[in-house]
Amino acid sequence: MSKSRVVIIRSEKVLSKSKQIDSFVLSEMLKKGLQTLSGDLDFRDSIRRFYSPQDVLGLKVNCLAGKGASTHPEFALAFAKLLKQGGIKEKNIILWDRSNDELEEVGFPLNYKGDGLRCFGTDTDGIGYSRDLHEHLNVGSLVSNILLNYTNVQVNLPALKDHSLAGISCALKNYYGAINNPNKYHEDGGDPFIADLNALPEIKNQQRLIICDALTVQFKGGPSFHPDWNEAYGGIIISSDPVGLDFVGSQIINQLRQKKGLPTLEKSGLNPKYIFTATDKNHNLGKASSEEIEKIEINV
Amino acid sequence: MKSLKRREFFKYSLAGAGGALCSNLITKIPFMAIPDTAYALSSTGKLSHVEAKYYKKLEHKEIECQLCPRKCKVGDRERGYCGVRENQNGIYYTLVYGLSCSFHQDPIEKKPFFHFLPGTDAFSIATAGCNLNCKFCQNWEISQARPEQTYNLELSPQSVVESALSGNCPSIAYTYSEPTVFYEYMLDCAKSGRKKGIKSVMVSAGFIQPEPLIELCKELDAVKIDLKAFNEKYYQEICRGKLQPVLDTLKELKRIGIWYEIVYLMVPTLNDNMDDIKKMCDWMLKDLGPDVPVHFTRFTPLYLLKNLPPTPVSSLEQARKIALESGLKFVYIGNVPGHEGESTYCPKCRKILIGRYGFTITQMNLQKGNCKFCGEKIPGVWA
Repeated sequence: MSKSRVVIIRSEKVLSKSKQIDSFVLSEMLKKGLQTLSGDLDFRDSIRRFYSPQDVLGLKVNCLAGKGASTHPEFALAFAKLLKQGGIKEKNIILWDRSNDELEEVGFPLNYKGDGLRCFGTDTDGIGYSRDLHEHLNVGSLVSNILLNYTNVQVNLPALKDHSLAGISCALKNYYGAINNPNKYHEDGGDPFIADLNALPEIKNQQRLIICDALTVQFKGGPSFHPDWNEAYGGIIISSDPVGLDFVGSQIINQLRQKKGLPTLEKSGLNPKYIFTATDKNHNLGKASSEEIEKIEINV
Repeated sequence: MKSLKRREFFKYSLAGAGGALCSNLITKIPFMAIPDTAYALSSTGKLSHVEAKYYKKLEHKEIECQLCPRKCKVGDRERGYCGVRENQNGIYYTLVYGLSCSFHQDPIEKKPFFHFLPGTDAFSIATAGCNLNCKFCQNWEISQARPEQTYNLELSPQSVVESALSGNCPSIAYTYSEPTVFYEYMLDCAKSGRKKGIKSVMVSAGFIQPEPLIELCKELDAVKIDLKAFNEKYYQEICRGKLQPVLDTLKELKRIGIWYEIVYLMVPTLNDNMDDIKKMCDWMLKDLGPDVPVHFTRFTPLYLLKNLPPTPVSSLEQARKIALESGLKFVYIGNVPGHEGESTYCPKCRKILIGRYGFTITQMNLQKGNCKFCGEKIPGVWA
């Protein structure tokens, strides 16, 4: 049985002391991550491995928490630039999340139309959610039309953070921003709802790559921003396995908690159970054990 | 933010094309009931910003909602389970105050209230949101939506009262979704209505904490409680709630002395066990007394339970028989127009007191709250 590869790229140079992002270093980290994940010598080959020029890519970011605990615009835009270099037309890339206000607040440049890179929320006039319910296991939701009708593949660009109800918020939980009723699915630590949602064929079949923004990591107090518990981690995490990536993400949160003398997620009663549920036969979304994950850590 | 003209709002409402407005709720739009000066239409984006009445502040900008038994702990920038209350920098706000996503002039029998001002209309309003997620919800397009996903009419409490008055409605009904989640709005509407002689009724699942319930009942005139089942498993699996708080609510209503009626939506295979029905009726008789009206209503396949058939009428009849034999005096069958179980019978002389066909009154044999045949006093609010 093959292992899931999860690649962590870190750099001490990507963030300044004031947490400003060095775009050049970040771009090199992304290239290295893509190459390491795929085994290609050139990141452009990696992009072509995952996507064809005919694809319309949805780059799903997470902006709910505002500045400090959301996907950094520099991160998403740097990846979009690499996509362009890999043969994807700018007009075929849509950066998206739940709402325009949240995107704008974090600093994403909204652009609804035209040939350039587009960026907008599901709440944009004329977009919205599906009219029909999309049901799977315990979840029944209206799904963003950006995911259903405006794109055919997704690149999941979550931010890694602690979550006071779910344990962590990363790859799997990011799709709560793609449905109309996420508030209904936070009970019991989001278990099994987060796994159920990700097993929805409309989501599962569209996702090929997850690139997690771990430049700064909210290791306690999440999902909102609390500067005292926000670490300049200087990392990105790449995988094709959202479960494996979340498993590694939860390890990072625990490491940061331990480093600061805080109890682990498990000891805080916040073990993200949904990650393990996502591995069962009903979901089959990925792997969540050290034995089944090939974790590669590289410093650049 | 989208803006809609009034005409467009009604068009969306009627066609059900507004994304979240349930067209089957809007069967009779009271055009004349909405004062021209009273409205401003709002759709996605514009939400209210009124501090919630019942919550407590926790550390690190977290809050705990104290409105319903769920007691959501909500982090900064997050919302509670209902989807209509949001923590903004450690302060909890209702986002739906004055934002009605559904409004309609309904027969009071539609709620259903059978012992409360029969034959009158109630000006009925709702906002988005619910603190449960019942798989059979007939209004899920609004109850399970967040307020930015519904088309909302800005309607102040004063305007709600004016609308009721101009529509000749003696009551305002808070209904369709779950009024508990628009608590502050409902409370202020009820206060405003009372000053003008308009009564208020709440149509609710009863999943509310005692303290807000007690405050609310001072302003309400009647409550209808949907008792979803008489077992915890059903509440957890089908409704994502709990039974005991609802039973506590019913007992509290009895203690307070406000008029209330109970609806039991019977869902085939899920809550139609007659042993449970018998236990429930025995509990009602013991804890609530024989006078509380109980409506066994027919399920229609919708939302997440489209795989089940409508309730067989025979199941409803069996439940009604059990309830009557248990000693409950006023037991009805609902959503079966023309059924004899729609009418009210005198518990003493057994004659028809109020004949009904659907929501229409066909006979009225009550005189000042008494049976006109035998003089028996009938419990309810009759004038």
